[in-house]
Amino acid sequence: MSPYVRYLAKRLGQFVLVVFVGITITFFVTHATPIDPVETTLSSAAAFGSTSPEAIAMLRQSLQELYGTGGSLYEQYLTFWGRILRGDFGPSLSAFPTPVATLIARALPWTIGLLVTATLLAWAGGNILGGLAGYYRDNRLLKAVGVISMGLHPIPYYIVAFVLLILFGYVFPILPLSGGYQMNLSAGLNATFILSVLKHSALPALSLILVGVGSWFMGMRALVSNIVTEDYVTYAELAGVDRNRILYAYVMRNAMSTQLTGLAMSLGAIFNGAIITEVVFGYPGIGSLLIDAVHAGDYSLVLGITTVSIIAVAAAVLLIDLLYPLLDPRVRVD
Amino acid sequence: MLGILRDLLRHNREFATGAALLAVVVAMSALSFFSPYPPDTIYIVPPDLPPSATYWMGTTSRGQDTFWQLTFAIRNTLLFGVSVALLSRIFSLVIGLLSGYLGGAVDRLLMSLNDTFVVIPLFPILVLFYFVMRDSMSWAMLALLMACLGWAYDARLIRSIVMSLRTREFTEHSVFSGMTTRQIVTQEHLPYVMPIVFSTALNNMNWSIGFEVTLSVLGFTNINTPTIGVMIYWANQHTALVAGIWWWILFPVVLVIITFIGFFLLAVSMNEFIDPRSRLSRMKGASA
Amino acid sequence: MTTATLQPMAASGDPTAAPTRAAPVVEVQNLKAYYQVSHYGVVREVRAVDDISLRIEPGEIYGLAGESSSGKTTLIKVIAAATRPPLNVVGGTVRFRFGGETVDLYGGAPPDLQALRWKSFSYIMQGSMNVLNPVRRIRHSFVDFAFRHLGQPMPQFMKAVGAHLERLHLRPGVLDAYPHELSGGMRQRVTIALATVCRPEFIIADEPTTALDVVVQKGVLAMIREVQLELGSSLLFVTHDMAVHANLCDRLGIMYAGRLVEEGVTARVFREPRHPYTRHLIASLPRIGDTKPREGLKGVPPSLADPPQGCRFHPRCPLAMPVCSERVPPMMPLAHGQGRVACFAATPEAIGKDAG
Repeated sequence: MSPYVRYLAKRLGQFVLVVFVGITITFFVTHATPIDPVETTLSSAAAFGSTSPEAIAMLRQSLQELYGTGGSLYEQYLTFWGRILRGDFGPSLSAFPTPVATLIARALPWTIGLLVTATLLAWAGGNILGGLAGYYRDNRLLKAVGVISMGLHPIPYYIVAFVLLILFGYVFPILPLSGGYQMNLSAGLNATFILSVLKHSALPALSLILVGVGSWFMGMRALVSNIVTEDYVTYAELAGVDRNRILYAYVMRNAMSTQLTGLAMSLGAIFNGAIITEVVFGYPGIGSLLIDAVHAGDYSLVLGITTVSIIAVAAAVLLIDLLYPLLDPRVRVD
Repeated sequence: MLGILRDLLRHNREFATGAALLAVVVAMSALSFFSPYPPDTIYIVPPDLPPSATYWMGTTSRGQDTFWQLTFAIRNTLLFGVSVALLSRIFSLVIGLLSGYLGGAVDRLLMSLNDTFVVIPLFPILVLFYFVMRDSMSWAMLALLMACLGWAYDARLIRSIVMSLRTREFTEHSVFSGMTTRQIVTQEHLPYVMPIVFSTALNNMNWSIGFEVTLSVLGFTNINTPTIGVMIYWANQHTALVAGIWWWILFPVVLVIITFIGFFLLAVSMNEFIDPRSRLSRMKGASA
Repeated sequence: MTTATLQPMAASGDPTAAPTRAAPVVEVQNLKAYYQVSHYGVVREVRAVDDISLRIEPGEIYGLAGESSSGKTTLIKVIAAATRPPLNVVGGTVRFRFGGETVDLYGGAPPDLQALRWKSFSYIMQGSMNVLNPVRRIRHSFVDFAFRHLGQPMPQFMKAVGAHLERLHLRPGVLDAYPHELSGGMRQRVTIALATVCRPEFIIADEPTTALDVVVQKGVLAMIREVQLELGSSLLFVTHDMAVHANLCDRLGIMYAGRLVEEGVTARVFREPRHPYTRHLIASLPRIGDTKPREGLKGVPPSLADPPQGCRFHPRCPLAMPVCSERVPPMMPLAHGQGRVACFAATPEAIGKDAG
């Protein structure tokens, strides 16, 4: 078996492990409560009024399977897995009888769109600036960027989001503060809609990008400062290779593989920050969906979002892991 | 250790700044013991008053003195952060040390598990936990849960330090000179491991305080105990920004940002001090 | 194997001949280079190169010997114009003479080294370590280092590189490999090929055979000798391994604690070492048939941040005299072009002169 295939197998195994552990933790959290969640939810469902007995029965059945009340713990665990693997979380309580899966499918693209763009921009931008700063140590502009980054990096995304909200809400009201697009527009691939989407995602994306660039900048600058002391960089400098070429081919190329791993490791945290930022801006992704679900007591939706989050992040990490050998040839020969 | 701290304070700008910021924060929380008002009573002073000589940070819409409320808030937030950091150190140390010293299959297994916890997004799980526990969730429970979930990143750091220590020459000398494993670990290695544990604890505090603020702002914690997040939660409930009561939001936010930056600067400057390679690159040449 | 029997083989023939009076390729005069560090309030000055003068003639192999803390690595960094703070050149000069032109590294305006690097002088590092970019194929190192000097379009350049490799008995296929795919010995040979592809007039070799096992060492040394003969370059060869010096170098310079203590034609240094430190170095080498136990020198090499006054060897020297702890012994020429030595005991006439 070639080393590359072995590497693939290892990464796939890790993916399976993450999903397995994550779903198991979720399962145990849902069973941590002493009260019977099924009846509590059902009574609030009945309180909404105008729900047919068949609908209530369907809700009861799916809740029982998800909560797994009845049967031994092991049986509950298996039914839990069965439901999840089928992607069937039952109907949502707050949007009865729309299935939870539909609601998530509607909201997830917004989150993914925001997250992927903002993260990639921050990662690329931060790494490039950090690489330059680590190599050209005397550049004053880069040093200033460094100080700003040091101030931005420890601040959680949502606080930056909050500050931006205040800034653009009260001081410079030029960007929209909430929603995914203007309310009277219909979704479609036309310029007005796309422009509206972009305007509405500007502030959430900006929150993610500002902090992200700060963090990646600092990490990359430190990494590059170490790489610069490596023998192969010293040798290239002894040979009079052009500085920009050294920066690109010798320093950055060697740093990127580490930074890619770093990206995979931080995806969980970035995801957390992103969905909280969504709440601040009322952005229609799964973050807002999650909080609304909690306030509405919509158990199935909360559970569904948790599960999908775990699987989505694990899948993204797997994707990044698969790209890693392209940057570091040493893995291929392991 | 004290000598190191003194040197850092005198010569490292980041450390001094961080220490100064944290001194402000700790002073604020210490003042809570001198508060003329108890923390959980409301409507004891006239509400919605802007900052003045009598009420340094104004009063909230719930009839509390913002300044004194803030001292309790920061104290509780800090306590929460410290508890999570301490508890999770236990996990990180045990897993990091086991992995680093035993190596082999144990290491691979533990690190696989470790990376799992690094990847899993914690926020949805914490929200789910709150949803399921509702009002019976206490601060202690939340702290314990976060400690159980937040050790992974630091365990890996400790493991890599241990692995590099194992292969260093002085370890081999100690082994050859007949020191027992326990002696080697405690006398030779621990002085290198402890600074990393300390700086990861500082980062961990930022992490747990960040979560506390998030969850509290959303109302997902015990909203009757004053913490920074809870203060902001109540301010939002009373639409403070719209009503123009900006001091209710501004001061907690500023104080928590100071806390974040303070811990971060301390951790970063300690890391640079510990890592000899970065120390070397920071040395400035003195002109003759 | 020749290295064990200590038959010095000078490449230039008559071992007692004086070096030619043609302009030296490298001329170092009174060079001083210190590490000056200010860290957390502590100021330290490590005097790694303290007043060194030497010349390297065209086509000669000059060996530089000394222990790990002797300052020889710093010296070659300074000669290779590879100093970075906190290492600072505080005095003296280093002059190259390439193609009739003199280049002064530290004298006046900084020269345009970009054009000279790799073309006129190159550097062989310990190639078994991390000297080649780990994420790119070897071919790219050749392009990065040499393409701009050979002035040919790419296809011809790659053919020229291939021919150069073949001349040095390396498969051209090695260009497509990654560094980690090659053994330590192979990497070292590739590094030598890389350092010689532009046919430089001066090559610095920094411990190229350390960390290689003895069999591979022999092959690498043969390759170095072959390439040096073909190019006619001067070679500054640094190693602590005296046997390698005996095998390869025309002249030998011995460094101790940041200073040059003795210099001369290799055969003479081995046969009649004049400085007590050199004597100890030579005496401690194993010889076939000699069963006398070897004695170590008492003490340790001094700290270069706080070296002893006067001659830096005097605390460990069996011939130490009072004057040795007071004044630095100047480098004095020996009779009949036998070289130079810096020792009051070896050259008593130095006691009367002013300290150098």
